[in-house]
Amino acid sequence: MRRAGEALAITMEDRLKMEPILDIRNLEAGVDDRAILKGINLTILPGEVHAIMGPNGSGKSTLASLLAGREGYQVTQGSVTYLGQDLLALNPEERARAGVFLAFQYPVEIPGVNSTYFLKAALNEVRKHRGLPEVDAIEFLSLVKDRIRLLELNEDLLKRAVNVGFSGGEKKRNEIFQMAVLEPTLAVLDETDSGLDIDALRVVANGVNRLRRPDRSALVITHYQRLLNHIVPDRVHVLMNGRIVRSGGKELALELEERGYDWIMPTEPVAA
Amino acid sequence: MDANDSPPARLGRFVEAFGSVTEAAASAREPHWMLAIRKAGLARFADQGLPTLRHEDWRFTNLAPIEALPFRPLPRPEPRAVTVADLDRLPLAGMSGLRLVFVDGHFEPELSRIEALGEQIQVCSLSQTLRTDGAWLEQQLASWHEGQDRAFRALNDAYCTDGMVLRVPAGVAVAEPIHAVFLSSGSEAGLASHPRNVLVAEANSQVTVVEQYASLGGAATFTNTLTQLVAGEGAQVEHVRFQDEGPEAFHMGALRAVAAGSAQLAAHSFALGARLSRQNIGLTLAGPGLEAILNGLYVTTEKRLADHHMVVDHAQPHCASHEYFNGILSGQSRGVFHGRILVRPGAQKTDAKQTNKNLLLSSSASVNTKPQLEIYADDVKCTHGATIGQLNPESVFYLRARGLPIETARRMLIHAFAGEIIDRVRCGPIRQALDRLVWDRLERDAQVRLDASRPHD
Amino acid sequence: MSTPQSTIDQFVQSDYKYGFVSDIETEALPPGLDEEVIRTISAKKGEPEFLLQWRLRSYRHWLTMTEPSWPKATYPPIDYQKIIYYAAPKPKARLESLDEVDPELRRTFDKLGISLDEQKRLTGVAVDAVMDSVSVATTFRKELAKHGIVFCSFSDAVREHPDLVEKYLGTVVPYTDNFFAALNSAVFSDGSFCYVPKGVLCPMELSTYFRINTANTGQFERTLLVADEGSYVSYLEGCTAPMRDENQLHAAVVELIALGSAEIKYSTVQNWYPGDKDGKGGIYNFVTKRGLCRGRGSKISWTQVETGSAITWKYPGCVLLGDDSVGEFYSVALTNHRQQADTGTKMIHVGKNTRSTIVSKGISAGRGQNSYRGLVQMRPTATGARNFSQCDSLLIGDQCGAHTFPYIEVKNPTAQIEHEASTSKIGEDQIFYCNQRGLSKQDAVNLIVNGFCKEVFRELPMEFAVEAQKLLGVSLEGSVG
Ligand SMILES: Nc1ncnc2c1ncn2[C@@H]1O[C@H](COP(=O)(O)OP(=O)(O)O)[C@@H](O)[C@H]1O
Ligand SMILES: [Mg+2]
Repeated sequence: MRRAGEALAITMEDRLKMEPILDIRNLEAGVDDRAILKGINLTILPGEVHAIMGPNGSGKSTLASLLAGREGYQVTQGSVTYLGQDLLALNPEERARAGVFLAFQYPVEIPGVNSTYFLKAALNEVRKHRGLPEVDAIEFLSLVKDRIRLLELNEDLLKRAVNVGFSGGEKKRNEIFQMAVLEPTLAVLDETDSGLDIDALRVVANGVNRLRRPDRSALVITHYQRLLNHIVPDRVHVLMNGRIVRSGGKELALELEERGYDWIMPTEPVAA
Repeated sequence: MDANDSPPARLGRFVEAFGSVTEAAASAREPHWMLAIRKAGLARFADQGLPTLRHEDWRFTNLAPIEALPFRPLPRPEPRAVTVADLDRLPLAGMSGLRLVFVDGHFEPELSRIEALGEQIQVCSLSQTLRTDGAWLEQQLASWHEGQDRAFRALNDAYCTDGMVLRVPAGVAVAEPIHAVFLSSGSEAGLASHPRNVLVAEANSQVTVVEQYASLGGAATFTNTLTQLVAGEGAQVEHVRFQDEGPEAFHMGALRAVAAGSAQLAAHSFALGARLSRQNIGLTLAGPGLEAILNGLYVTTEKRLADHHMVVDHAQPHCASHEYFNGILSGQSRGVFHGRILVRPGAQKTDAKQTNKNLLLSSSASVNTKPQLEIYADDVKCTHGATIGQLNPESVFYLRARGLPIETARRMLIHAFAGEIIDRVRCGPIRQALDRLVWDRLERDAQVRLDASRPHD
Repeated sequence: MSTPQSTIDQFVQSDYKYGFVSDIETEALPPGLDEEVIRTISAKKGEPEFLLQWRLRSYRHWLTMTEPSWPKATYPPIDYQKIIYYAAPKPKARLESLDEVDPELRRTFDKLGISLDEQKRLTGVAVDAVMDSVSVATTFRKELAKHGIVFCSFSDAVREHPDLVEKYLGTVVPYTDNFFAALNSAVFSDGSFCYVPKGVLCPMELSTYFRINTANTGQFERTLLVADEGSYVSYLEGCTAPMRDENQLHAAVVELIALGSAEIKYSTVQNWYPGDKDGKGGIYNFVTKRGLCRGRGSKISWTQVETGSAITWKYPGCVLLGDDSVGEFYSVALTNHRQQADTGTKMIHVGKNTRSTIVSKGISAGRGQNSYRGLVQMRPTATGARNFSQCDSLLIGDQCGAHTFPYIEVKNPTAQIEHEASTSKIGEDQIFYCNQRGLSKQDAVNLIVNGFCKEVFRELPMEFAVEAQKLLGVSLEGSVG
């Protein structure tokens, strides 16, 4: 079986020797007194793309939110290690600067904040963290124009306020466009495919694939298998009722597509 | 009967000062009708006094501190050392074009910049117009519509000394904004000025006017300004009131605008200064098919209060009025908003919209808001909305998730909130100057908040 | 006085279905008000001393007050000395069972669709019927007593549960509250009382039916409803009056108290006589209703459909004292012909994380004037409190008025408030669309109005919702040409 990852000539053995990008151990978390995640184990090695699938309400967005540091969730058990450091100890902006990017399931509209201004400020924060100088206006513009073309977005989007007046599809593509500019080490995509037509899906997938590198990883959360035709995952996990109940190769996604979630009976948690 | 003729003792000082006004008027050989207006104003004021919290329109704004202040109107200009350099330090100083400067209510020709704008356009001071064009002015002053500012209008009638008079003839477009600066020397508590501005834009003319109010000294002064604005048929008028007086000042402002058919009017109010400020804005849409925007921003800190009181009167069909007011409140400050939209019988196809949004940045800031609709016609589209709250945590999180520090994220959102209002100013130089200024102020306020929250070592 | 039958015929031509007068022997005091009248009322009812003293304090306070002028309503001055403060159907004797209710009274309520016969009632609704100033019958008392629920007339409550009355009376609406509340506290003659004990979920809907019959009387009833910890009760209230040329005053007070985790649902269908097409006659409905969410997690929900009365002046509100308590207000107010309504709510947030929702639908037709007036107050202690208000107005015809006067006062920065209001009319195109599908103009209007009110009707108990829809239809008759 040949696929994009193999061209980079890193074998599975090599990978296993590497330090994981993300290592989630027995993570339990919830809101108030209610448990949502009930013991998640997940290890993502450099260069890998993992997919998480699962029915609505199973806890997918909760997991994504926890990785990005959204307030309001309590971790009651377990750990999340990102590039060797305790991710949960960082605040949201520190995580972002360290290379964790969340493509929001529902991107937030921010009236009055200009898209270009916003993105430049974000990029410079990330660069500062990496010890790089701030980009000047011309560099920034050419970078942005390159990436916006990649996502087949209209340039005048940059003149508008962040996500304000964007269509559903534009918002999703805008998330990936931001990702392409910020070049994160770990991209977490929360249902970026929902609401996209087939062409937009291809464009988004293309944007994600262009970013794939042996030292970067992605966690793709999706409801449907069709995105995984375009972004081919190394591992697929099924999340149900706060637990990963099954893990497998990309075939698992196809199987889910055919048979739905019902055939998987939540049993003992399965290690990823 | 006789005992009732004399005003209550607490109003005494507002009345006593009147002798000096009549004297000054006589020596300036003011026309007799002007003196009659003054006397009638004084009598009306003595009759009602200042409104109290019992008046529905003043429920949240306590005027007792103004009543407690000495009352020192200046019927004659006093020699003072205000220089062009003082003016250059003020925001908007860089604006080119005409500039009229008033100090403590009196026109200062030396500090002003009045070039001829072409023969037909009249820009000058009220005191001069009294001498040169009395009949026209009398007619204008008589056309004032009474509003919720009755007591202050009466006081202004009695004590007004000067102001800006502008008359743009039909079809003439004035290219550059006309800038009036009302400076309070701020040297003495109770120093009172009563500017009176008369702005007339005749049919199909175009003009932009900025009224800027600022203080040089820090004393508790009192400004009671009144502007009457007439926008003729098809006229395009932009009016900016920028109130940035000293932290102890009291500011009462009124704008009474009447617009004729097909006119386009934008009136902006920026209330950044003063310890207590109130803007009474009355807008009458007197002809069909016109569009009006009332747009305002108030930023208050410490124990200040900013009050906006609006009445938009839709008297004719096919008019649109949109009101947007945003408030940013920190410290123990208070914001008050009262907006009333009245749609009279027959004002069909009215499109009226009103929003008041408030951002509370501290635990002891507060807001009272009353957005009101009163509608007597059925084929109308009227909406209003009010929100009060803190910064949206979702937005803050989104910005942080892209790597921005929490303080930057917050400031960005606060600035954007102010920007919604500032961006509606059409005149570029004014918009840019205000944008810079508001940003600086917000930065300064944020710094103050930060310092205050830091533990002392 | 016309006979009931001929008045019913009269209704066929008019819009008001309940305008008949019943011929019932009535005992009434002469018009006028002074301390003597109050003592007489109290004595007639055999009240304990504390209640008489409370009435007198209320009366003395009332004398110091002036009638409010701020509501957006105009009416000629009321002469309080011309009103009869006490009128009651003459009791034959103390009733031992419901079978002893005066047959004429029974017929009156039958005609109103309120059967006092327990067998004939739809199961699940207990009724307290109030005629003029007094309660004439309460059904299902025994059944309810099995659950420990007290449901009776106010007078019975004063006799049988004076401790409960003394403990709660005036704790939510003190007699100092406003002019009409003070008047009511001085002269109220009867009303309903209900106490639901700890943990009891009331097994049936409770309801009070108010009827004014005698001319020139004022109706001053008082309702007190206490839901103890963890209990639930749903309460309905309906009212009608005969058609008369002169105006009659109705100044009621309703107090609700919800203790920890208790829930009270209070629904009103108000259909007092609205006056005729030219604004002659009709009830002045000046009512004070307030609920106190005293305990943590308690909930009070007001739903009202106001179609009657010449003038309505009422603001059912909630004081949200307990942390996490919830207040709701759902209202449909319709004014047609010359009716005036100034109604809305007060939501006072005191406790942490308290929440309130306001949905107000005002419909103006004819020369009707409809005002929403509401106060949302966030006290400094109301950390994390939320309010959402939505006030929509629908105008039918160009002679009417729709007004919105929200007052929003916020003293806590973590509180969040959103208020939205809109005004619309029934569009020609909407009516045409319905016509084209075979509906008459009037049916189209009813359809659209009912759609407009859906969010509120949803909150009403099933039977009431149907009733309310019909009522709107009747009240709107003749509103489109
Ligand atoms: N902030 C929150 N407060 C309360 N419940 C939440 C919150 N976030 C998620 N939940 C609940 O947790 C469960 C999982 O939600 P989510 O992670 O959004 O699922 P998914 O993304 O898989 O559809 C749902 O039942 C949801 O209602
Ligand atoms: Mg989700």
